[in-house]
Order: sequence, then structure tokens, then C-alpha cells
Amino acid sequence: MDPDLPAESMYREHILDHYEHPRNYRRLKKPDAASLGTNPLCGDEVKIELQVKGGKIVDVAFQGGGCAISKASASLITEGIKGRSLAEVKMMTKDDVLELLAIPISPVRLKCALLSLQVLENAITKYEAKHGRAHHH
Amino acid sequence: MTLSFPILRRKIHGKRLVYLDNAATTQRPKEVIDALSDFYASHNANINRGVYALSVEATERWDAARERVARFIHALPDEIIFTKGTTEAINIVAHSFESGIRPGDEVIVTVAEHHANFVPWQALCKRKKARLVVLALDKKTGFSLLALRKALSPKTRIVAFSMVSNVLGCATPSKEACALIRKHDDTISILIDGAQAVSHMPVDVARLGCDFFAFSAHKMLGPFGVGVLYCKRTALLSLEPLILGGDMIESVSVNETVFSKGTRKFEGGTQNVAGVIGFDAAIGILEKEGMAHLHKELNDIGTYAWDLLSKVSGVTLHSPRRGNNGIISFSVAGIHPHDIASLLDSEGIAIRAGHHCAQPLMGALGISTCCRASFYMYNTKKDAAALQRAVKKAKKVFHGS
Repeated sequence: MDPDLPAESMYREHILDHYEHPRNYRRLKKPDAASLGTNPLCGDEVKIELQVKGGKIVDVAFQGGGCAISKASASLITEGIKGRSLAEVKMMTKDDVLELLAIPISPVRLKCALLSLQVLENAITKYEAKHGRAHHH
Repeated sequence: MTLSFPILRRKIHGKRLVYLDNAATTQRPKEVIDALSDFYASHNANINRGVYALSVEATERWDAARERVARFIHALPDEIIFTKGTTEAINIVAHSFESGIRPGDEVIVTVAEHHANFVPWQALCKRKKARLVVLALDKKTGFSLLALRKALSPKTRIVAFSMVSNVLGCATPSKEACALIRKHDDTISILIDGAQAVSHMPVDVARLGCDFFAFSAHKMLGPFGVGVLYCKRTALLSLEPLILGGDMIESVSVNETVFSKGTRKFEGGTQNVAGVIGFDAAIGILEKEGMAHLHKELNDIGTYAWDLLSKVSGVTLHSPRRGNNGIISFSVAGIHPHDIASLLDSEGIAIRAGHHCAQPLMGALGISTCCRASFYMYNTKKDAAALQRAVKKAKKVFHGS
């Protein structure tokens, strides 16, 4: 993003909508894997829980997340991965997340935007360490 | 007084820059920038050892700066140690207690400390199996002398507290606290973190009665990378150098090193000579301004801005209305501080959002982060009004009202 662009353009309607009505903002009863991450910029935490069946993410939930960017990002990511295979979700990159957010992100706020992706990756790593790697592609 | 701060002419996103992050670092006046540039252009050489003219000039300016710093806080030149900042200054003192502190000894700090005056003590206590006693804040008065009196014990070795909170802006009754500690046991070492105090009010270390006093140049118009550790003459012997190497020795042989005497021992390695000389210029400006006058101005604008923000619904102010030294921490219901700071930035307004390196205090306030607007000598009521307008506008972006 052009650093001269005013931050106001980050707060589009869909971002505020996901901030105020975050999708999958709840707890899973029996998660197969969970991970917690902290944004060092502000100390805000995001926790992501996964339920996996046959190599597929059948349910996902998150808690925490402080600012609009981090919460909207968690909401959009969890919405985007539900029903998809672990193998597919593992390929997700920073650019995919930025595409989901569809707003210019100033460099200092990148950490807010990408925290959930990192937490998700850790949750999958944890799952695979426990259950072995899935072979259902 | 007409001072020029070149950066204040900058436009941010096409708007006039309203710089309200002065508790993090102030801006530099042209006089300080010129002093740095003049040193490099006309007097640059290393200090202390050169016998040529340039080195003599640089050394004279360096010594003059030390004298000015000493005068400014009512200390003696040989009680002033130059460091790279408040954090290093506090670390020198904490490091010196490595051999002097025993298991079961106690170190008292407050919950409102900046991490710079918290982490070194916490780490020292962990290493030495000593106990870190953390004073809670009083809801009304902030620092509580009563809590201090209750916490003092026969095992207390060190008390470390800040003179002005970097989050709440309120001042500690430092002189009274020192007197209370001395009365309890005058062998206790007292360190005051003065990073937000020297920049905001007159400071007289001799009258305060502390052993150590630490502060930074960049929070008071001076350059980055320069700090000061004041160390009372009688306490100097208890200090041990943290940085070993060149320039802090009397003599070195293959088998043994004799350290320099006095403050030189703590200034190992090549020093930030230009920075210290720039700091000299900064103090010159503050002296002309008059610290008592500046103190009043900052408190007046602090109260003014507090009143304006308190009129915005949904805003919670964490700083006191009066005596906040122009440091105002606040939260806005339903909007994360980072989002407020980003939206204020679109209006050209620079504030800080986060934990302000004071996570224990955030915990005590029951929040994880907050916004902080901090004013300095070049800020006006117009800036406070711009802040209020921008907070209202941010609310509109989020809540549509």
C-alpha cells in the first residue's frame, strides 16, 4: 500500500461489518486442534479452533482479536476455510489474506491483518503433529 | 518565545501535522538540528584523547554539555553519566546490584512503571531469588505513600519508581517518597525514572534525595541515543560498569585492568558526542523557556484537552483531569485504540495506541491497550480541538453517529 494513502480507506463497510458481526466468533465443543497467537504491537490475542474430519476442516471458530483489522481478518479467514481440505488451506499465503480483506493495509497494520493466518498455520501444524499428515487430496 | 520546529511544517495526507506523541519522543527545534550539523561540519573529532585542536574543541564541548546537564537538574558534573537512554541508565544500576543483593531481599517498584523500570528489576529478582514487591496504584491519588510505607520492610534494598507516569501523566510525590524511605532505612537505594519528569517540570535531584535518577534527551527536544544517569556522589562507589572496553580504563595489562575513576568508568566505548552536544542546545532552549512556566502550560493544555475529550460520549479518560502534564490516555467504547490511531492519522494527527510499554499498568486498569495523546511546548488549543474533532469523526466511521 502507498504509505501516503490515508488510513480511512481501510475502514470499508465490509470490514466494519465483519468487525461488528464477526463470523465463527464462538467456541467449539470438542476442537481437534487449537492455537493461540499474540500481536506484539498491542498484546491482542487470537485463538483459532478447528474440527477436522477426513482431512477436511468441517468446523472452525475463533475468539479474541482486538482491532477491526485483526477481527475482520479472522472472520474472513475462518469463513473462507470452512469445508476446505487441510492441504488446500496450508497453501494459503499472505496475499490470499490481503485479497480476502480487499483493502489497502498500511505496513504497520500488516501484523494485525496476518495474525490469524499465523495462528491458523500453527493450529494445523499441531493437528498434524497429533494425527499425522492427511492424505486426502 | 519564537522557536522553529521544521517538521511541524509537514503535511500528512494533505493535512497539517498535529503531533501528539510527545511522551514517546518530542520533535527537534532548528537550534538542536543546527547544533548537530555544526558539530559534524566544523568540530567533529573523537573526545578525551586527541591532542590536536579539533579533538580539544570536541572535548571542551562535551565537558560543557555535562556541566549544563548537571546544572539543569541541580547535580554536580561528576555525578552525571552519559548513556544511550533511560533504559541503559536503569540497567547500569540494576546490574550493579548483581553482587549486592541476596536471596530474600526485596525490591519495590510500582505497577505503573514503564517496562524500562520494571523488567531489569524483575530479572534481577529472578536471578538472585529476591522478591519483587509491586505497589498498586491508589484510584484517586495514583502513587500511594501509604502503600509504600506498608511495603517497606527490613529486607527492602531498592525502591525504583517513576516521577511522572508515561501513561497517566500524574506525578509521584517523589520528595515525600524519598523522605519516607530514608526515614525507614537510609541504606536503601532509591532510583527515580525521570524520563517523563525532566521534560515536564523543574527537577532538583539534590532536594529529591534519591541516589539515582535516569532520563533521556529525545523526550526533551534533544537527539536520539543520549540519556543520563545521575548518580549521587556517595552512591557512585556502589555502581559497577555494564559496558567494558575502551575509554573506561585507567590501565590495561595482559593480566589485569584498572577501571577509570568516577563517571568515566561507565562511559565505555566511543560516545555519542554530537548527540550530547545537541542535547546541550536542547537544554539551553528549555532553560530559556523556563521549566516552571512550561510545566504550567502543559498542565493547562492537558486539562483543556481532557475537558474536550470528556464531552465526547463513549470516551473514557484514564489520566486525571488536573496534573496530567499534558499526557492523556483514553479509550473509546467499541473501537480498538489502533483503529482510532489509524483514523486520526488520516486527519494528520499522530497519537500513540498500544500498551505504552506499561503492560502491568494496563492490567491494573483492566484494559490491554489504550490511546494516548501527549502534548508539548509547540502544541496549541487548536491541536486539542483537532483531536476532539477527529475522535468524533472516527466514531462516525464506526458507529455512524
